[in-house]
Amino acid sequence: MTASPAHPLPALRAAFPLTLPVMAGYLFLGIAYGVLMQHIGLGAGWTLLMSALIYAGSMQYLAVSLLAASFDPLSALLLTLAVNARHLFYGLSMLHTFAGLGRFRPYLIFALSDETFSILCAHTPPEGIDRGWFSFFVALLNQLYWILGSLCGAWAGHLLPFNTTGLDFALTAMFFVSFLNQCGKRDQRPSAAVGVGCSLLCLLLFGADRFIIPAMLLILAVFALEGRIRKGGAAS
Amino acid sequence: MTPQSNTELLLSILVIAAATALTRFLPFWIFRAGRPVPPFIQRLQHLLPSAVIGLLVVYCLRNVHPLAGNHGLPELAALTAILLLHRWRQNTLLSIAGGTAVYMLLIQTLG
Repeated sequence: MTASPAHPLPALRAAFPLTLPVMAGYLFLGIAYGVLMQHIGLGAGWTLLMSALIYAGSMQYLAVSLLAASFDPLSALLLTLAVNARHLFYGLSMLHTFAGLGRFRPYLIFALSDETFSILCAHTPPEGIDRGWFSFFVALLNQLYWILGSLCGAWAGHLLPFNTTGLDFALTAMFFVSFLNQCGKRDQRPSAAVGVGCSLLCLLLFGADRFIIPAMLLILAVFALEGRIRKGGAAS
Repeated sequence: MTPQSNTELLLSILVIAAATALTRFLPFWIFRAGRPVPPFIQRLQHLLPSAVIGLLVVYCLRNVHPLAGNHGLPELAALTAILLLHRWRQNTLLSIAGGTAVYMLLIQTLG
């Protein structure tokens, strides 16, 4: 007979297959991350701490360069806010979805990575499966893959039978593939173009070390202006 | 090797962790479920993800100099490989792994 709706095991069984692509991706990117941490002399303990506490792949890659430079917490703070500002929009999209999930809610919000967000957006649990446990397992499994991958990189990265120079390009590749996926949706092309255009302009104007905040502001300004023009056009 | 002491490393990591958590929790603190979300924020919700991904691509390539060194050829070749692989198979992991392999090969041979 069917288990009670709040039983965790059926929820785990429903969640696991959905997380398989994330498993492959996080193990690969996590190993690359652990190897990069090794390159700057930080071992498994630091890697585990970061994957458990920060759990934001792209930010952790960028954090490697922050930790390899001299101590500058203000830059770390600003870069983190800029790079992770997209989380604000994931959160806004999940306000209703996470409402009423009680004790699971804090962890679900903490662990709302890009990939977890996209799974939870695209899938609702099958009939009879508890939504709280289902969402919890999707989020937890994904974070465990990330931790496991990064630990493998930290412990066994030096055993990899090839030269790992250039492995950090995996991050660029990951963003570029997301970018291509966004450009595949016709309605997303203009905003993707605004993002690239504003960033290139600010890169030329402000240089590689300080363009990210101006670029964020310029993007927001363009969208605000576009909204006003659209409103004006609708009114006339 | 990192120039930071253990205390500095720990502080850096805690700052990054706290700022990351802030970006995740803030919307839930500001907009309790059921409260209306302002129209501009609703539009941003739709527009911003693509724009930020564009920004991050540029960020990753910020140190490429088309007029010096290897002229950014490894990057250009790798991104082209990703574009073609992704057109062909639409498989995210294949595209990432293929592009990274092309880049590693070129950067290790061209330098």
